[in-house]
Amino acid sequence: MAQVEEGGGAVSVGVRGLVSAMCGQNAKKQLTSLGVADASAGLADGRFSSVELTQAFLRRIEDVDGALHAFLHTKPAQALEAAADADRLRAGGDGRPLLGVPVAIKDVLMTEGVETTAGSRILEGFVPPYTATAVKKLEAAGAILLGKTNTDEFAMGSSTENSGYGVTRNPWDAERVPGGSSGGSAAAVAADEAPAALGSDTGGSVRQPAALCGVVGLKPSYGRVSRYGLIAYGSSLDQIGPITKTVVDAALLLQVIAGADAHDSTTLPADVPNYAAALSGEIGGMRIGIPQEYFVQGIQPEVEAAIRTAIEQFATLGAEIVPIQLPSTELALPVYYLVVTAEASANLARYDGIRFGLSVEGETIFDHFRQTRGAGFGPEVKRRIMLGTYALSAGYYDAYYLKAQQVRTLIRQEFEQAFAEVDVVLSPTSPTTAFRIGEKVDDPLAMILTDIFTTTANLCGLCGISIPCGFDGEGLPIGLQLLGPSLGEEVILRAAYAYEQSTDWHLRRPKL
Amino acid sequence: MKLTKDEVRHVAELARLQLTEAELEAYAGQLGQILTYAQQVQSVDTSDVPPTPQVLPLTNVLAEDAPQAGLSVAQAVENAPDADDGYFRVIAVFDDAGK
Repeated sequence: MAQVEEGGGAVSVGVRGLVSAMCGQNAKKQLTSLGVADASAGLADGRFSSVELTQAFLRRIEDVDGALHAFLHTKPAQALEAAADADRLRAGGDGRPLLGVPVAIKDVLMTEGVETTAGSRILEGFVPPYTATAVKKLEAAGAILLGKTNTDEFAMGSSTENSGYGVTRNPWDAERVPGGSSGGSAAAVAADEAPAALGSDTGGSVRQPAALCGVVGLKPSYGRVSRYGLIAYGSSLDQIGPITKTVVDAALLLQVIAGADAHDSTTLPADVPNYAAALSGEIGGMRIGIPQEYFVQGIQPEVEAAIRTAIEQFATLGAEIVPIQLPSTELALPVYYLVVTAEASANLARYDGIRFGLSVEGETIFDHFRQTRGAGFGPEVKRRIMLGTYALSAGYYDAYYLKAQQVRTLIRQEFEQAFAEVDVVLSPTSPTTAFRIGEKVDDPLAMILTDIFTTTANLCGLCGISIPCGFDGEGLPIGLQLLGPSLGEEVILRAAYAYEQSTDWHLRRPKL
Repeated sequence: MKLTKDEVRHVAELARLQLTEAELEAYAGQLGQILTYAQQVQSVDTSDVPPTPQVLPLTNVLAEDAPQAGLSVAQAVENAPDADDGYFRVIAVFDDAGK
């Protein structure tokens, strides 16, 4: 029987062994256990074709997605056609890094000719006329679009329960949320429905679902990845990032999607380094900051214990553990909620029923706007538009929006001081493991509090990564977050890789 | 802090959102709760602190002044609920009084 080894970038499976096993359910399962690096290596070595690989993932989706609902739209015929093309190109000598590797894309990223809804009923049936730069770059590197994944409506949420198309379930426990808003992408990767996926992170929406689903989630520095074609939520905070099974895969995907883009004037002009070269496994002398303020709030005790153990592991690997202070930590969430809702209220003004999306007739043009938006937006989106509109409205602008932007400056200054002393900042990704579906739906404030460790990276433009670091008593995954300064992706990837290689949390998969 | 239903109605009007009576009621409580939480920021001394509207060290990013292919008119209106001959059709914004 073919054996597939995870991690390390190598697949120990003979060509004949795999081919003979291809007909069996087991082989299909093993192909779907592959991440990007392993799948790419297998394709390059001719151990399997892109058609076989893509077919395996499509079958896996067919088998498990009825229960999980990670995907909103799949395009099987289109994916298999692209896979056949990739196989032909490879036979002709094409060696692009992602050639023939399927990926899933969060449904907030525009895909030409493929329905894109942002999880909202107001965009039901919307087929974009162009493709987001990040997706285009993946396709240019040879990747195959497997399908579009579920998300909280317009990425507003921490549980994927706010999707207009039904909740996604956590592969580790179907009664629990996968986190959000990129819950579909995280669940798809955790459940072996895709080797990797793209998500978007405005306040933690890549890192938190990655943590709750036991996979890797990377939020690049603001400006590192083009936002062109990303359906806008909070424009000063949004970044696109990979959700993967390993740190190597996160580096591989970042390599492809990073860089300046003429279509997005907020991309940084800095060169894109070779991220794989940063994965040395060596972190001797690296200074890891532990913010004291992150361990005083109501963290689930098992999460805190796992993080403390991980800190010891980093010390064992040669890192220097440095206690640091980030006194404005408790202000980050209120600042985030004022900034993000203000930006959202402006961004979502475009859904007016005229140029695209749902349109509900009214007697006057304003009535038309009101009816369309009242019918098309879900409750959380309305709540955030209302909050943002209030914070920007006459009489409240200075007290809320301007004040929040000033406190944002103070939070940034604290991180600048911290990064003068340490290379990375370590914390839990989320204060708890996956919570039960419905548990926080009627309590918007409780839901907000789940983002307590993640929003600072967005407010300050930092990069961050969440990696698996343990399990709680219920068998639910725990995530560890490493934050780095703007354009510090190499250092957080190096630290994450060293930890990952010295532990085996990332090798555990849910039983489905 | 709890907003009144009239305050919520006013904000909904600014945001062009049609809300039901039940939504007005629910948002009055929930927005009040979130705003109470957000008021923490008001306790911070920010005199002489400049605001951070965005984090990039970039200013005046300009594109090359050269024509580029964009969407065609047909592509631009293909998702429109109501389009006519390459135009978006909307309800008249002004009434007929001026005619």
